[in-house]
Amino acid sequence: MTVTNHTEKTDHVNVVIDGIEMEVPKGTLVIRAAEQIGIEIPRFCDHPLLTPVAACRACLIEIDGVPKPQPACAQVLSEGMNVRTQRSSEMARIAQEGVMEFLLVNHPLDCPVCDKGGECPLQNQAMTVGRAESRFEGEKRTFPKPINVNAQVLLDRERCVSCARCTRFAEEIAGDASLELLERGAQQQVGTANDEPFESYFSGNVVQICPVGALTSASYRFRSRPFDLVSVPTTCEHCASGCSLRTDYRRGTVTRRLAWDDPEVNEEWSCDKGRFAFAYLANGRIDSPLIRENGELRSASWPEAMHFAAAGLAAAGTSAVLVGGRATIEDAYAYSKFARVVLGTDNLDFRARASSTEEAEFLAAHIAGTTLDVTYADVETASQVLLVGFEPEDESPILFLRLRKGVKKGVTVHTVGPLYSLGSEKLSAHWIKANAGSEAQAIKGLDSEVISALDSNSIIFVGERAASSPGALSAVSQLGAKTGARIAWVPRRAGERGALEAGALAGLLPGGRPISDPTARTEIAQAWNIDADSLPAVGVTGNELISAIAQGSINALITAGVDPSDLPNGSELTAGIENADFVVALENHHSEITQRASVVFPVAVVTEKSGSFMNWEGRNKPFSAAFREALTLTDAGVLSMLASAMDVQLNGDTRALRKEMNSLQPWSGSRTELKPHADSVPVGTTLATWRLLIDSSVMQEGEPHLAATARPSLVAVSSAMFEQLGKPEVITVTGPKGSITLPAQVAEVSSESVWLPMNSPESHIYAQLGCGYGEVVTVKGGAA
Amino acid sequence: MKLTPVITEHWDDPELYTLNGYKSHGGYEALAKALKSDPDSIIATVKDSGLRGRGGAGFPTGLKWSFVPQNDGKPHYLVVNADESEPGACKDIPIMMANPHALLEGVIISSFAIRANHAFIYIRGEVPAAIRKVAFAVKQAREAGLIGKNIQGSGFDLEVTVHAGAGAYICGEETALLDSLEGYRGQPRLKPPFPAVAGLYASPTVINNVETIANIPYIVDRGVEWFRQFGTEKSPGFKVFAVSGHVQRPGIYEAPLGITMRELLDFAGGMRPGAEVKFWLPGGSSVPMLTADHLDLPLTYEAMVEAGSMLGTGTPMIFDQTVSVVKAVTRWLEFYKHESCGKCTPCREGTYWITGVLEKFEHGHGTSSEMETLTTLCGQIAGRSFCALGDAAATPYPAAIKYFSDEFTAATHTSADDQFDPLASYVFSGARA
Repeated sequence: MTVTNHTEKTDHVNVVIDGIEMEVPKGTLVIRAAEQIGIEIPRFCDHPLLTPVAACRACLIEIDGVPKPQPACAQVLSEGMNVRTQRSSEMARIAQEGVMEFLLVNHPLDCPVCDKGGECPLQNQAMTVGRAESRFEGEKRTFPKPINVNAQVLLDRERCVSCARCTRFAEEIAGDASLELLERGAQQQVGTANDEPFESYFSGNVVQICPVGALTSASYRFRSRPFDLVSVPTTCEHCASGCSLRTDYRRGTVTRRLAWDDPEVNEEWSCDKGRFAFAYLANGRIDSPLIRENGELRSASWPEAMHFAAAGLAAAGTSAVLVGGRATIEDAYAYSKFARVVLGTDNLDFRARASSTEEAEFLAAHIAGTTLDVTYADVETASQVLLVGFEPEDESPILFLRLRKGVKKGVTVHTVGPLYSLGSEKLSAHWIKANAGSEAQAIKGLDSEVISALDSNSIIFVGERAASSPGALSAVSQLGAKTGARIAWVPRRAGERGALEAGALAGLLPGGRPISDPTARTEIAQAWNIDADSLPAVGVTGNELISAIAQGSINALITAGVDPSDLPNGSELTAGIENADFVVALENHHSEITQRASVVFPVAVVTEKSGSFMNWEGRNKPFSAAFREALTLTDAGVLSMLASAMDVQLNGDTRALRKEMNSLQPWSGSRTELKPHADSVPVGTTLATWRLLIDSSVMQEGEPHLAATARPSLVAVSSAMFEQLGKPEVITVTGPKGSITLPAQVAEVSSESVWLPMNSPESHIYAQLGCGYGEVVTVKGGAA
Repeated sequence: MKLTPVITEHWDDPELYTLNGYKSHGGYEALAKALKSDPDSIIATVKDSGLRGRGGAGFPTGLKWSFVPQNDGKPHYLVVNADESEPGACKDIPIMMANPHALLEGVIISSFAIRANHAFIYIRGEVPAAIRKVAFAVKQAREAGLIGKNIQGSGFDLEVTVHAGAGAYICGEETALLDSLEGYRGQPRLKPPFPAVAGLYASPTVINNVETIANIPYIVDRGVEWFRQFGTEKSPGFKVFAVSGHVQRPGIYEAPLGITMRELLDFAGGMRPGAEVKFWLPGGSSVPMLTADHLDLPLTYEAMVEAGSMLGTGTPMIFDQTVSVVKAVTRWLEFYKHESCGKCTPCREGTYWITGVLEKFEHGHGTSSEMETLTTLCGQIAGRSFCALGDAAATPYPAAIKYFSDEFTAATHTSADDQFDPLASYVFSGARA
C-alpha cells in the first residue's frame, strides 16, 4: 500500500512506516506520519500544537540503523527512513511497555474516583500497551491533595505524569508562563512561584489537555462520569471569536464545556469564559410569557400574550427594534425582516452598547456583505497588524492566541490606544500612544515607518471601542485606502457580526444592501415576496434611536437581549421605555427592560435551539440544540407567531430562515461611503475603559470559581500622573453621575488618560460615573 | 609505565595558582604562540592531536570544535563544564585549585580557535574554594591583559565569566548546564539542535571539560607529535587519574593513557594492608564495575569498552573485600534517584523503583524474582531515557550482578551489614574505635 500526498514533490521525503511506503512533507514527525496511516503510537507529552519535548518516552519506536529506540514525537522523518512502531518492532513494543509500567509506578490507582476515569489517555493506553499486572510493590509517592493553581483549576500532584503539556501550553500558547515544573526526580511537580495563582484567561485548557486526572476544574470536579454524559458540538455564544465548543450534559443539565477541534478558528483552545460561563443557561430563566396588567407583570398563556402583544403593537405609532448581541444570525434576520415587513419600520439597531453614526456608516461601507475577507489564518502570515480600539485578550481571546502565534512567526503588532496592557506585552506589541478618545489623531499621525510597513498583507483590526472615539473609524478607513491594508472589525458580542449581515441595522438590508438603493430594495422585496415600495425608508440608529424613544417620537419597541446598563445612555433608554406606549421584550433573564415592558416572551438559550453565529471573520458557525426536547421558542419562532397574530406570514423555522438568507448573495452594488467624520480633541483627563474578559456580565453569573479568576478592579494611571496625584494608595475617578474609588496601579497609560475596568466588581462605569470611553473625567488621589 | 606529570608537573609549587607562579613555569607562552597563528590551524592541531574529551564520553575535541559553523554572524561561546559531580570523580576540582591558569590559558586559546568572545566556566557550586581560585585567576589574567579587549595586541577580545552551579548533578549534562547557565531550571534539552549549532543563547557553543581544556596549552605549545608519544593511537595523550578507595595513597596520578590499573595501584602504594581488590570502577559510578581480573588491562577508552566498562572520567575507585556490593550499588542508585531531574519517565520512575527494591536487598529482604525484575528495570531505562543520567543509573546493577550475583542471592535472607561488617570497610584509621 502506498499513501501519496498529491502536492509539490520536492519538499517531500519517502519513508516506510511498518512496511507502508509513504511520501510526507519534509519536517514531518514520525508520530504525525503514523497517524496519517492509522497507526496510533502511545503518547502523553506529545501534543500537535505544542513543541515536542520527548519527555514521557511513551512513543519510542525503532528506526533501522539506529541502535536505540527513538521518540516518535520528536523524530523528524528523513529520506529513506524505515520506521518500525510497536506493530512491527519487538524493541519498540518492549520499550513502550516498559515506559508504561514506569508511568504507573507513582500513579495512584484511584480511577474510580478520578474525574478523568473513562476518558483518560493513561487509562486507555495502559490497557492497550501496558502489562496486565504491575510488578511494583513499593510505596507510591503521595502529596497533600488537591492544591489550587488558581481559583478554578485544581491539581492532584500524585496523578501527574510530568508530561509538561500544561506548562508548555501556559508558556507557548497563552503566554502566561507562571505555571512551571518544580523540584526534581519523583518529587517533580507542577506549581507556581511562591504559590501565586496561575493567572490566565486560558487556564481551563490545561485541564482539557492534561492526559491524566492531575488537573481538574472546580466547577466540574466530582460532578459526573464522562460515560454518563451526552456530548454535542456547539458554537460559543460569549464573543465574536466563533469557537467550536463541545457541550456535555447529563439529564438536561450542562455539566461542562470543552474546546472543540476547529483548526480554522480556535484550533483546540477556548478561553475560560467560553468554557466555564454556562450557569446562566439554567439559572434565573423567565419561564412563561408575561403581560403587564394594572402596572404589574403576570404570567399569561402564549395565545393570550401573543394577542396582547399584537394588539399593542398595532395600536402604537412609530416603532423600533433593538436586537442585542446574543441573537443568532437566523434570529437577527427574523428581527430584520419583522421590522421591515410587519412593523414597516427601519428603526433598527443591533448595537446594544456605545455606538455612533460613524460606526454604522463604517460597517455599511467596509464590513457588511464582505465575509471571510480577513481570516484567522491570515493573522499568522500578515506582515503587520494594527489594533485600533481593540484589546484582543479581553475582547476576542482566541484571536489573541492566533495573534500570539503570528507574532512567533514574525508578525509585528501595533496597538493604538491609551493603555499598554498585559495583552499588548504578550504580543510584544508596538504601542502607538493615544489618549482615550484621541485615536483618530494618533492614526493620522502615525510614523512614516509604520505607514510604509503597512501593505496589502497587513491587517487593521478595529474593535467596538473605536465607535467611542470620534473620527477613529474614518481615519482607519483612510489609512486602509492609503496603504492597502485590509480592515477587519471585531465586535465583542457573538451575534453582532451576524446581525449586521442579517440587516439588523437601520439603512442596511440583508447582505449589506443599502435600503436606499432601488436595486437592493427590489432584490429583498423579491426574496420576501413583498412590494418593494412597502419597504420602509431609512430609519435611525444608535443614539438617535434612543433619543427618539426617550422623546417619544418612537413609541413602540421590540427589544431582545438588551440591557440598558450596557449603554452609556442606558438611563435615557430606560426612561424612554417607561414612557413608551408599548414595549415587547424577548428575553431569557429579567432586566431593567423586562421590569418595564408591556409584554415579555421567554426565548430559548443556545442549548435549546439550533442556529448560527457569524464570527468576526464573517464565518458562519452553525450549531444544533443540545436539548432537542426543550419547549422554548427561538426569537424567530416568537416573531413568527407574533407576525401571524398581526396577520402577516413569517416563517420562523431556523433552517428555512437560513436557507432564505443564504439564497441572498452579498451585495455587489455600490456602497454608501463613509463620510469623513471630525475628530475631537477632548480637553482634560479622559476615561479609558473596556470590559475585561471575566467581569460582572450577566452571562457569567452563577460561576464563582470563574469570577474568582478575574483580574482585580484597579485604576491604572501613568507614573507621571501617579506622582502628580501624590502617590496615593487609592484613586477616585469622578464623572457626571458620581465617583469610583479603586486601588491605584501604575501602568503604561498615556499621559492624559486614566483606565478602569468597565463592568467589574466595584467598577460599573456607566452606572457609577455616568459617562463612557473617551469622555473627560476628574481624577484625584485618595477616597472621594 | 612511568608517571608523566604535565598539568600536574608543578603542583608542588605553592604559588602555581598565581599568575606569576604559573608564568615562572612557562605559563601563557602557548597563548602568545596561538594568538600569532590562525584559529583554523589550532583547530587542526587539536584535531590531529587526537585529544578526546576528559569529561567521560571521550568525544574527539577537535572534531567537536569543527562542528561550530564559522562566519555565521552569530556570537560563539565556549563553556567549560567544571560541574564535577560524578561520584568518585575528583580531578577537575584539584586542577582548578592547583593550576587554574592552565585552565584559563586553555580557555583563551580555545575561544580564539572557535572564535568565541565570551567564555563561561560553570563550576560546581559546592566547592567555593575552587570557585575562588578560578575567579582569582580570571581577575589576575584580566589585570594582566590576558582577558579583555585586544588581548596582547592580537585584536582578539575575550570576556570570561565564572559561574557557580546550585547543586544539581544533572547540570553536568551539557545541555542542562546551558539551561542552568541561562538562568533556567537545569534539565537536558532536546537534540537536535546540538550545542555546536544552537547552544548557549541559541548560539554556536562548545562545551568542554576542565581537564580537556587544560590540555590545550600544552598541545599548542609542544605540538602534536609530543602529545601523541603518550597513550595509544585511539587514546592519545596523558590523563589526570584520580585514584580513590582502599589504597595506601589515594590521590592524583598523571600518566599516559594505556597505563594499567595494576601500575596505577603500585603508584598509589598498593592496597591497604591485608586488602585485595574486590571490584573497581575506571571512572565514576556511571561506568560498569570491573574486578581483579581486569587489573592488567590498559586504561584506554577502547580497552575499557572492550572489557565491558568505560574509561569515564578516569578516576578509578578501588574497593576491597570488606565492601558489600549490594550496599555500594544501593548507595549509587540512591544518588541517581536523588539527582534524577524528573524530565523523562524511565529515569524518574525507574530510579525511584529500583532504589526501593535495592534497599530491600540491603536489609536482607530481597527475593530472587526481584533480582530478575531489577535486571529488566535497568533494561527499561538504558537507552530509553532522555539523557545519559538514566543510562548511568541503569549501569551499576547489571555489572554487579554479572560478577557478584551470589551476594544478591545472599541478600534475600541476610542483610548487607550482616554479610559485611560496615566498620571494616571504613578507610579512616581508628574508625573502629
